[in-house]
Amino acid sequence: MSQSPSLVQPPATTSAAVAAPISSAGATSRKRGMNALARREAIDGFLFISPWLLGFVLFTAGPMLASFGLIFVDWDLLGDPKWGGMTNLQRLTTDRLVGLSLYNTAYYTLFSVPLRLILALGIAILLNAHVRGLAFWRTAFYLPAVVPAVANVILWMWMFNPTMGLFNMVLTTIGLPPLRWAWDPNLSKPSLILMSTWTIGNVVIIFLAGLQSVPRSLYEAAQIDGGGSWAQFRHVTLPLISPVVMFNLVMGIIFSFQIFTNAFLMTQGGPANTTLFTVLYLYQVAFEQFRIGYASAIAWVLFMVILVFTLVQWKLADHWVYYEGKR
Amino acid sequence: MTAGQIAAGHAQSEVGGSRLTARKVLSSTLLYAVLVVLGLIFTLPLLWMVATSLKEQGQVFQVPPVWIPDPVRWDNYQEATRRAPLWLWLRNTATITVLATVGNIITASMVGFGFARLRFPGRDALFILLLSTMMLPPVVTLVPKFIMFRMVGWNDTFYPLIVPSFFGVNAFNIFLVRQYYLTIPLDLDEAARIDGASNWQIWLRILVPISAPVLVAVGIFSFVQHWNEFLDALIFLQSEQMKTLSLGLRAFINPNDASWHITMAASMWLILPMIAIFFLGQRHFIQGAAMSGITGR
Repeated sequence: MSQSPSLVQPPATTSAAVAAPISSAGATSRKRGMNALARREAIDGFLFISPWLLGFVLFTAGPMLASFGLIFVDWDLLGDPKWGGMTNLQRLTTDRLVGLSLYNTAYYTLFSVPLRLILALGIAILLNAHVRGLAFWRTAFYLPAVVPAVANVILWMWMFNPTMGLFNMVLTTIGLPPLRWAWDPNLSKPSLILMSTWTIGNVVIIFLAGLQSVPRSLYEAAQIDGGGSWAQFRHVTLPLISPVVMFNLVMGIIFSFQIFTNAFLMTQGGPANTTLFTVLYLYQVAFEQFRIGYASAIAWVLFMVILVFTLVQWKLADHWVYYEGKR
Repeated sequence: MTAGQIAAGHAQSEVGGSRLTARKVLSSTLLYAVLVVLGLIFTLPLLWMVATSLKEQGQVFQVPPVWIPDPVRWDNYQEATRRAPLWLWLRNTATITVLATVGNIITASMVGFGFARLRFPGRDALFILLLSTMMLPPVVTLVPKFIMFRMVGWNDTFYPLIVPSFFGVNAFNIFLVRQYYLTIPLDLDEAARIDGASNWQIWLRILVPISAPVLVAVGIFSFVQHWNEFLDALIFLQSEQMKTLSLGLRAFINPNDASWHITMAASMWLILPMIAIFFLGQRHFIQGAAMSGITGR
């Protein structure tokens, strides 16, 4: 599990060198032989990665460039694209909905991601306490994560249903007034955040794997030093699983910034635009209003926001993430 | 009970002592109580969904809730197929998912081999590029991809949902396979090379057969991903007979419609295959998810 801190491994031992013809007499011919083998290996290398190289150009780099270019274009997909100059970028600053959608998305991320991580870590810690029937519990917590997104929305729309949903059934049973959940402007975002905590199965499993890799001897050593439970968690568990926390945090934020399906199907951005998230707004601008250029501008704003968040996390990681083997 | 106490529970028990034993019993009772409550919260909604799909309309909103439908109405499932072409949508979803998964497995294994076993100029830089695409939100390329696939006449076909998978668009799969290949000793390759095997033979005959765990994990990841796929299907598929289940089930989403039992029955077309695959390959699901965590290391 403990691999080198950088994601890129040192180059593998040269296989060409071993297979090089040892019999060849002259130094020059040996060199030429190695070169031929190395060249052969290089050609094969590019052939092997060619599907990805091609895909990168066709489906990532190309579209990214196109997307950037489209920012300066006015196009409704039907007529001819027209040069729009800076108008789409200017529109970004005057369009209230861009700011609002970013606010909604940031709000959702700010609560959903930490909540999901803390809950998942909590469950993983419980499961790591040598519980009986680990496989059963793991399945129970993982199961919601395999429910497809659209089915998940149907389920939660029904649980949130203001007139006959499960949540209101519970509320009225214990004598509380029913709520409008996702359809109440004040509760819509919290409702979606609550919904996001149900599908943490993957995060639980990743944390559990991380916890299981912490050597027992470290806990024993901490105990001999008189470290209490909290101290052990704080000074042994947490530092050792910090790379896993970092991974879940970075991926969680990237994922959460792109919330779309739940809001699109459940609230369509309402009520009062309280669940108008950036990707949802982008979808509306691109595929309902057919403003391709402006949609591209919004996409780049979102991209930049995610990029900045990710880079800041990498920078901050130096202060709290502990990599074994790194000095 | 703090998290640390539980994490360190086993270490404490070894110290012994009756006071500690009493404490241990208490903490383990608490542990199981918390697990049971949480476990119910995580599983009950799903069970309730299944129960509702088999209820009569009158029982759907009964208070207190009915957990075991009486009578069991299998007819709800037939009623769902009368309201929408669910079997057709199931076939569409399965076609796209299976082909895309095959594409993902082949490319991930092939590209992973290139990055893990062969040396070529610029390899490490390209690999960093590949890793960085993992952080790229797919939304940025959504609009140009829509325009591009429309220009080549692929609008309202399955191609936009399948073809990219054959070109390694999911960098994470490649990364997983490469990491796995790095754990396999290079001696295997070299022995085969001395015997005159080409890199292609080494890949297909030696590495692929012994990398089943990671390929199964990639397969499961991409199966789940494509089975659940919604946004791409939404923008690329329009006609009724091309829809996937995820897309088609939208027709059942209507908060004012009271026939939730039928909606739940229809949802089962989407959910049940996933659950079935989960239970069949449970070990691989868990292993795969755990494997994805190595990225953090």
